[in-house]
Amino acid sequence: MIVVDVLVCLAMVITGIAAIFQRSLLSAVVMVGFISLMVAYLFLRMDAPDVAMTEAAIAAGLTTVIFLIAIRRTEDTEK
Amino acid sequence: MRQILTPIVLVLLAVVLWRTVPMTAPEEISAIGRHFVEHGVAENRGANIVTSVIVNYRGLDTLGEVSVLFLSVAGAGFILRRRTGLTLETPTPASELVETGARLLFGPIVLFGAYIFAHGHLTPGGGFQGGAVVASAVLLLLLAERDRALAHNALGWIESLSGFLYVLVGLIGLALAGSFLSNKGILPLGAWNSLFSAGLIPVIYMLVGLKVGSELAALIDTMMHSGEPAATETEEARP
Repeated sequence: MIVVDVLVCLAMVITGIAAIFQRSLLSAVVMVGFISLMVAYLFLRMDAPDVAMTEAAIAAGLTTVIFLIAIRRTEDTEK
Repeated sequence: MRQILTPIVLVLLAVVLWRTVPMTAPEEISAIGRHFVEHGVAENRGANIVTSVIVNYRGLDTLGEVSVLFLSVAGAGFILRRRTGLTLETPTPASELVETGARLLFGPIVLFGAYIFAHGHLTPGGGFQGGAVVASAVLLLLLAERDRALAHNALGWIESLSGFLYVLVGLIGLALAGSFLSNKGILPLGAWNSLFSAGLIPVIYMLVGLKVGSELAALIDTMMHSGEPAATETEEARP
């Protein structure tokens, strides 16, 4: 299981760096949502289901959607 | 400029985290933590100790968190309501399949959210998580049916009333048991791990759930409809 954890952490770091250099804001937001989902998994692995639920519902779900609404109302690529 | 600064900031952050975050778990928990673990179940009869801490021992903090959420939603609503000229071209209506599916899923998702915050003292989750799930059901409905508007008055009433009752419950604790949001001797504690147990904790968590759910639903609705001409229809959210 520790191998999966390390892989998840590596994937989070790589996705985070990729999100910074992404030109399309839509892809960046989806990447950040993916990181939140992985964080939720890590919280679950550390026996904190309450925090994991909050992270999955708020960060991976609502925050992503609010960003998407904001992007749809503005420009969807970086200047 | 940003291309150079971002890696530098990231490296600095990595160094700081490397030096400050302990790599091993502490050998023993603090005195307060030990009290929560040892007496949490006995004092509140709540199966989920996390909920006992959030709603009872740290109840005042939770009240503060709920107020922060209220303030931010009020601020967002205040700014977004006044914008005009943001109206986009009329969006493509969703297909009948998506609309019907969203309507079908709305009820079960709201029920699941209510289950999460009503069972907050027994299972993982609680007011904030359940409220977010309820709000996600509203979001699904709003995405599928673009011209549906929520009844903001009703949402405001639910939200204000649950916030008011939260403070009232706290004051009842102050009057009867001598401390704000106290759980001692106000409601019977009941049997361990049953739905009607843990005294005031489920009551408070249901109020928090209603408040968070209505606030987030109102926020989503404000964001999706901001800039549109003043809402003429005040249709209920329920299908």
